[in-house]
Amino acid sequence: MAVDEQTVAQIAQLARIRLEPEQKRALAEEMGNIIHWVEQLNELDTEGVEPMTSVAEMALKMRDDVVADGDRQADILKNAPETRHGYFVVPKVVD
Amino acid sequence: MAELTDLTLADARDLLNQGEVSARELTDAHVAAVESARELNAFITETPDLAREMATASDERRAKGGARPLDGLPIAIKDLFSTREVLTTAASHILDGFTPPYESTVTRNLWDAGAVLLGKTNMDEFAMGSSNENTYYGSAKNPWAREGDNRPLVPGGSSGGSASAVAARAALAATGTDTGGSIRQPASFTGTVGMKPTYGRCSRLGIVAFASSLDQAGPMTRSVRDAALMLGAMAGHDPYDSTSVDAPVPDFEAALTGDIRGLKVGIPREYRVDGMPGEIERLWQQGMDWLRQAGAEPVEISLPRTRYALPAYYIIAPAEASANLARYDGVRYGHRAEDAKSLTEMYERTRAEGFGEEVKRRILIGTYVLSAGYYDAYYNKARKVRSLIAQDFREAYREVDVILAPTAPSPAFPVGDLVDDPIAMYLNDVFTVPASLAGLPGLNVPAGLSDDGLPLGLQLIGRAFDEETVLKAGQVLETAADFRHAPSFVAGS
Repeated sequence: MAVDEQTVAQIAQLARIRLEPEQKRALAEEMGNIIHWVEQLNELDTEGVEPMTSVAEMALKMRDDVVADGDRQADILKNAPETRHGYFVVPKVVD
Repeated sequence: MAELTDLTLADARDLLNQGEVSARELTDAHVAAVESARELNAFITETPDLAREMATASDERRAKGGARPLDGLPIAIKDLFSTREVLTTAASHILDGFTPPYESTVTRNLWDAGAVLLGKTNMDEFAMGSSNENTYYGSAKNPWAREGDNRPLVPGGSSGGSASAVAARAALAATGTDTGGSIRQPASFTGTVGMKPTYGRCSRLGIVAFASSLDQAGPMTRSVRDAALMLGAMAGHDPYDSTSVDAPVPDFEAALTGDIRGLKVGIPREYRVDGMPGEIERLWQQGMDWLRQAGAEPVEISLPRTRYALPAYYIIAPAEASANLARYDGVRYGHRAEDAKSLTEMYERTRAEGFGEEVKRRILIGTYVLSAGYYDAYYNKARKVRSLIAQDFREAYREVDVILAPTAPSPAFPVGDLVDDPIAMYLNDVFTVPASLAGLPGLNVPAGLSDDGLPLGLQLIGRAFDEETVLKAGQVLETAADFRHAPSFVAGS
């Protein structure tokens, strides 16, 4: 399937990546080529095949629902670009 | 001290155990080697002070009689593993300045085993690439060169810096990670040994995630014995990774008996792809002959859905990547775009500035195949194909014990040759991706030289959690191939 610039723009918005107009043009072509290439999977009949969900065949283990870690505010904030009073700071989201 | 950097891990361990050399001497030689190999750009971060500190602590432990399996052995770590208080970048601008407050389980296991950290190696950004050219820190270079041709060659990827450092004798060994071939292909390109263990053998905790159902850590070394030794230290159950297997770690080194009599070795006919270079086909045949001479029995097998592995992979891996990389938003760590007027603008500009072109391409492909209306047509289709590919292997392993194939479809190529053609670049993984999709262990063994003097590797693929057979057969191949060629660039010489 061909991928047009409008589709690229919508996908980029979903992925929260800003694209310049010339990038959209280039990506429409590149993504179109890649999508066309992966569409060869349609040659294969997968009727009744279950999608793979786990790689190693093993039962998911359960653990006790207890606090195992905590009180690490300094560690959590340590790498933040901007913090104030023990919070992450972001641009204003409400007026 | 050039001879200290030319040792295998196992030989260095034995010299340390015999008191012939100290961890500090071994580490000093390697710190100097790392510095002298800077033109390869194999390291993003060098940690010489930490290395000396760890080596001194190792010598003290040994003096008290408490030496551990890798005590005092200097190694490099791919910059995808979180290392506490040491810059961890995944070769991405978006992780600028990130120093984790925690340690990945695999690296913790290595330090608990006594290993010494030389530094963090270059790689393709977020492990996405097959040439180590997709990196914010500049391409890593291959220490090998073609005969009569000075153009720099790629070391393969994504674990290109680790492969380059090990091949150039700047580290005794290194960690890599493999999602679709990122340990095995660079090992093939650099004449080194690289093993992707079974999915679940090593914990993924603290490894920056690319595609969670495929990512697996493994050793990159200069001998099969070293791969066995190092994997033993890296592997093990981790209660904090629900996909790590809760089973005892075998003594991989003990599996290297050299006895492969009666072993049935599958030769998958679908791996004879159109346009396979004659030199690779010949090497593959040579590998069969070597194993036969050692008493194994090559058996032709069919893995009928092989040709669909690569397109399925290039749906599944980007889909998982688009979800995993959603976390890089400029809020909690790493790069943040300046002067954004709104939160959405901050996210969009941070991610536009922070991610490289290939990473953006994969996030967008992944977002596309997961989006409403396409989820079934692409993502679910690919997961069904993945089931069929795993089934192909299961059926093959009813007849054979291990599979022999080439590792990569070509030797190392010049920097810049494939950067403008994503699909041509993806084809590098044609022989490694099927085992990745099935979660199986795969090993690259350097087996010969191409017509223009570059290393070529052979790959052994095993049953799930049967690394022992893979390593045993790999060592027999290694002995038969007797690959002693050195790259044109060797650290410190």
